[in-house]
Amino acid sequence: MARLTTTLLTAAALASLGACAHKPKQLPPPPVDNSAGLNTPPPATAGNGDGAITPGSDADFRRSVSSNTVLFGLDQSDIDSEARAILDSQATWLQRYPQVRATIEGHADERGTREYNLALGDRRANAAKNYLVARGIDPSRLTTISYGKERPVALGSDEASWAQNRRSVTVVLN
Amino acid sequence: MIRSLLIALSVTTAVPAFAQDAPAPAPQQQQATPAGQEAAPLEVSVTGGVSAPMPIAIPAMPTAQVVSTPAGSTDVLGRQMAEIIANDLKNSGLFTPLGAGQLRAVGFQEVNAPAFDYWGGTGAQALVQGFVRATGDGNLTIGCYLYDVFSKVELTRSGFVVSPSDWRRAGHKCADMVYARLTGEGPYFDSRVVYVSETGPKGKRVKRLAIMDQDGANHRFLTNGQSIVLTPRFAPNQQSIVYMSYENDKPSIYVYDLGSGRPRRVVQNAALTFAPRFSPDGRWILFSMAQGGNTDIYRVSAQGGTPQRLTSSPGIDTGGSYSPDGSRIVFESDRSGGQQIYVMNADGSGQQRISFGGGRYATPVWSPRGDLIAFTKLGGAFRIGTMSPSGSGEKILTGGQDEGPSWSPNGRVITFYRSGQGSGGKADLWMVDLTGQVERKIPTPLDGSDPAWGPLRP
Repeated sequence: MARLTTTLLTAAALASLGACAHKPKQLPPPPVDNSAGLNTPPPATAGNGDGAITPGSDADFRRSVSSNTVLFGLDQSDIDSEARAILDSQATWLQRYPQVRATIEGHADERGTREYNLALGDRRANAAKNYLVARGIDPSRLTTISYGKERPVALGSDEASWAQNRRSVTVVLN
Repeated sequence: MIRSLLIALSVTTAVPAFAQDAPAPAPQQQQATPAGQEAAPLEVSVTGGVSAPMPIAIPAMPTAQVVSTPAGSTDVLGRQMAEIIANDLKNSGLFTPLGAGQLRAVGFQEVNAPAFDYWGGTGAQALVQGFVRATGDGNLTIGCYLYDVFSKVELTRSGFVVSPSDWRRAGHKCADMVYARLTGEGPYFDSRVVYVSETGPKGKRVKRLAIMDQDGANHRFLTNGQSIVLTPRFAPNQQSIVYMSYENDKPSIYVYDLGSGRPRRVVQNAALTFAPRFSPDGRWILFSMAQGGNTDIYRVSAQGGTPQRLTSSPGIDTGGSYSPDGSRIVFESDRSGGQQIYVMNADGSGQQRISFGGGRYATPVWSPRGDLIAFTKLGGAFRIGTMSPSGSGEKILTGGQDEGPSWSPNGRVITFYRSGQGSGGKADLWMVDLTGQVERKIPTPLDGSDPAWGPLRP
C-alpha cells in the first residue's frame, strides 16, 4: 500500500504573474533636432521635437554609416570584405562621437536549433565587436546581445530571407 | 492548499481504508491457474512495432449518492472521470477505448463485480470500472478497477482521495494504473508540461512561460510576455522551473519559484547564459555561457554561486543534459565543424563524440530511463530521433520542422515542437511515441514551443 501526501499549489499562490517583470527597454524614438551637423558633438539631451536628427543619435548613426547591419554566411561568423566596409564606416562614426555607447545584436536564421542559434548570434555579435575594437573603438563602449533566431527581420522561409536574418546590427544607445 | 492521498496498489489485498469506500469489500482472490492451461497474459507492447490497439471498455463511473461538490456533482464527475481515462489511454496509441456512449451504464454495486458476459460481447479485452464518492471532509474518493474481460479476473485496483480542485488528477492516476499494468511500462499521465506560449507576428513574437497538465487541461500562464523567455525545464521536485529570460535586456538563466511566482537570476554576471537544465538530484544547474563569442558548458549550484566550467573547446558547446544517475552529461558541440552529439563525465572529463550519421545533431536529451538519447537531426528538415548513449541504433521518429525533444516521465513518449514555414511561422506542441507511429498535437490556447515534460506527480 502506497500512501502519499502531496502539497499542491493553489491558483491564488500563483496569481502574481509577472509581478516582478519589468517593462521591456525599448530604444527611444529617434530624437529630433534641426541643428543636425555631422561634426557637432551630440547634445546631452534629445532634440527639440521639430523633426530633425540629433547628431550622435542612433538615427544619425543609421543615416551616416553605409549600414548598421552586417550579414553572415550560413553557420558562419566571418567578417568578409563587404562586412569590413560596413564596419569601417561604423568605426569612423563611433570615433567621431567618443562618448557614445552602442550594443551589437547578433541574429541567426531559422535553420538552426534555438539554443545553438543563441550561441551563434553571440559569436556574430562578437565578431563585429572585435572588428570595431581592432579599428580603435574602446571595447568598454560596446556591448553585445544575442537574439538567436527569435527576432528575424525577414519573415519568409527562403534563401533570401535567411540571408537577411544572419546578421549583426549595431544600435547606438542614447 | 490541496491534499492528495494515493491508496493501495496491491492487486489482491483490499486496503482497509479503501474497502470502506468500495461498494462491497472484494473478497475474490485471483485463482491460481492450473499448469498448462494458462491463458495468454493480457498485455500491450509499447515498442513492439505495428500492433492493433487494445479495445478497452471504460464506462462512466457510478456514484452511490449524488453529491454536489466544488468540482461538480459526483455523477457528472463519474462521466468526466471515464472520459479523462479514455482520452489518456487513447492518446498513448496503445488502446481503443469504448467510451461511455457506446456502453451501458454500470450500477454502483457492479463496480467490483463486473457483468463479464456483457463486457465480453462488446469486444473489449479489458475493462476499467470505478466509482466517485464525496467524502465527509470535502474530498473526493475515486475507486479504479481493472479487469481482464476474457479471463474474468481483476488485474489491479487503486483508490485515490483528492480535493475537488484536483479531481482530474484522479482520472490520470487511474489511467496510469491501467497503462502500467497492461504495458509493464512506468506511468506518465499524471504529469505536467511547461512550455513557451507564443503569439504575435514572426518578427516580434511574444513569448510567455505557461504550464498545463500533459493533456492540455489546467493551463496557466506564468510570465506576462514583456520579456522573451525560452527553454523552461522543471526542477526534479517540481517546485520550480529553470528557464532563460531577456529581462532587463540581459539574457540569462532564472529559476521561477512556482510557490511564490517569483523569478530569481541564477548567475550574476554580464555574460549570456542559456540552455539551463537541473541535475537529477536538483542540486545543480547545467547551463551554457557565451563569453567573447565562445560558448562552453558550466554547472552552478541551484542556489547560485560561482559556476564551474566543464568544457573548454573553442567551438560552441551547449544543450547539456544529465544522465538519470547524474554521472554523465550528453551535449552538442560544433568543435568538429557542424553540430554533433558528445558524452562526457559529470566533471567534464572523457569527452567523446557519439553521433556519426550524415547531417547535424542537436538538442540531445537523456531519457529518464537512461536507455536512449533523443535529439534533433538537422539537414533540410528538422527531425526528432533517438539513439543509444553509445550512439548506436539511431532511429528517426518524425519528419517536419521539429525541434526540442523532451521525455515523458516513463521515457516512452517524446514531446517536441513543430514550426510552420513562412511568415506565419507558428509553432505547435506535439508528442510522438518511440515507434514514431503515434504522433499527436497537444492542444494549447496559443502557439507553443520548447515543451518540457515534468516528472510524474507524487
